[in-house]
Amino acid sequence: MRNDKKELAVAALRNGTVIDHIPTEALFRVVRILGIEEMSTSVTIGYNLESHRFGRKGIIKVADVEFAEDVLNRIAIVAPTAMVNIIRDYEVVEKRPVTLPDELTGIVRCTNPKCITNNEPMHTRFRVTDRDTITVRCLYCNHVYRGDEIEIER
Amino acid sequence: MNSSSFVAIDDINKQELLDLLERTRYFEEHPNSKILDGRVVATLFFEPSTRTRLSFETAVNRLGGRVIGFSDASTSSTSKGETLKDTIKMVSNYADIIVMRHFLEGAAQYATEVTDVPIVNAGDGANQHPSQTLLDLYSILKTQGRLEGLVITMVGDLKYGRTVHSLLMAMRHFKPVFNFVSSPELRMPEEYIRLCDREGIEYHEYTDFSKEVIDSSDIIYMTRVQRERFSDIMEYERVKNLYTLRNAMLDGSKPTVRILHPLPRVNEINTDVDDNPKAYYFEQARNGVFARQAILTRALGIDPLKL
Ligand SMILES: [Zn+2]
Repeated sequence: MRNDKKELAVAALRNGTVIDHIPTEALFRVVRILGIEEMSTSVTIGYNLESHRFGRKGIIKVADVEFAEDVLNRIAIVAPTAMVNIIRDYEVVEKRPVTLPDELTGIVRCTNPKCITNNEPMHTRFRVTDRDTITVRCLYCNHVYRGDEIEIER
Repeated sequence: MNSSSFVAIDDINKQELLDLLERTRYFEEHPNSKILDGRVVATLFFEPSTRTRLSFETAVNRLGGRVIGFSDASTSSTSKGETLKDTIKMVSNYADIIVMRHFLEGAAQYATEVTDVPIVNAGDGANQHPSQTLLDLYSILKTQGRLEGLVITMVGDLKYGRTVHSLLMAMRHFKPVFNFVSSPELRMPEEYIRLCDREGIEYHEYTDFSKEVIDSSDIIYMTRVQRERFSDIMEYERVKNLYTLRNAMLDGSKPTVRILHPLPRVNEINTDVDDNPKAYYFEQARNGVFARQAILTRALGIDPLKL
C-alpha cells in the first residue's frame, strides 16, 4: 500500500478511479475505451511514467467517477495488466485487476469493410477465442483479430 | 438468436447434421408433396444468384409452398436506402420463413437478431453458404455409402474458398483424412490447420496435384482458382493450370472416387471428365433441391418422417 500512496500522490484524488499499470503503448486506446474525451470531470493522464514492472507505464486518474465493472473490464482487451483502484476520501477502498469478458459488445471495431456491422446502424459483437494471445472473432463475419490488430470503436 | 434458423454450418452439431441428411434422403425419395401447403417462403436475394434461388424456389414449389421476394437488390427497397433490419422486419409480417442471400458478411446472423421468423442463410458474401455444405455432405454420403473415415482431397483455392472451409467444418465430425492441394498463396488458412491439429484430424498439404494424391482419394473436391485472388498476376499464370483435372489423371484412381465441384466451373475440370462416371458435379447440384427441402422443413419445425 505504501507504493500506491506514492504514485497516487502525483495528483491526489479525493474520490474517483485510478487505472494503473497500463502498458504505455495501450494508454490512448484505454482512454478511448473509457470514453474519456466526452467526460466533464477532471482527468489526469500519465504517459511514459517509470515502472518497476514494465519499464514504462501509463496511468489514468478520473475524479468523481466510479465506472461500472463491465466498462472497466473492457480495458483488458488492450491492457490485461491494468489495475483498478477505487478512491473514496483519499483512500484506496478497492483494488483489483481487470478481467477479459467472454463477449464484447460495441467496443471492438471490425475492419472488414464487407462486414454487416460496418453497413448497418448496429453494435459490433466479438467473442474472445483465446485469452492468452487476446484473440477475438467477429460474431457476424467471423474475421479474427489478435493483439495489436484489435481496433477500438469510434 | 431464434433457434430454428440455419445460418452457419458450425452452429449445427453432428446429430443435427445427421438428422438433416436423413431428411435430405427422405426428400430425394419423396420430392413432391404438400407439406408446405399454406406456407409462405420469402426469398430475399440482395445479391443475385440465379442458381441458388432457383434451387430454393424449386424446393418450396415441390412441397406446395408459396414464394414471395426479390431476386436483385436494385428492385427492392434496399436501393432506396432502407436498412436490412427494416426490410427483414417488414418481410417478417408476410412470410413464415425467410431465405436470404446478401453481399455483406454476417447479414443472415444479424437478421436472426431482429426477427422471430426463421432465417435461412443462402450465402452471405465470402462468409457462409451452409445449404451448399449440406448438399456436398449428402453427395458424399450418397456416393460413398458412409461419411466416416474417407479421404477427402480439396484442390484449388483453399484460402478464400468458403465451400471448402465449411466442408472441412462439417466433415470434422466423421474422422476424415484431408489432402489440401493448392499453390502456397492459396493454402488452407492457419485457423483450419490448427483446428485439425486440435481435433486430431489427419491432413496433408501438397502443392502438386499428383497421381498419388488422386489415387488415394475417395472424394476430390475441386474449386475455382480466381485471377483476382492473386497479388502477383505472373503467379496466377504459373499455377492456373496446375490444378486442372483431366480425364487421363483419373486412370489409376479408385473406382468409387467421385469428383465434386460447387459450380460454376471455369477450366479447373476439363470437359473430358464430364462423361466419366466418376464425375458427380452435375448430380451434386440436383441434390441441392432435396438438401434445401430438408433445411426449410427443419427451420419450420415440420418433420416429414412423422407426417
Ligand atoms: Zn465483422
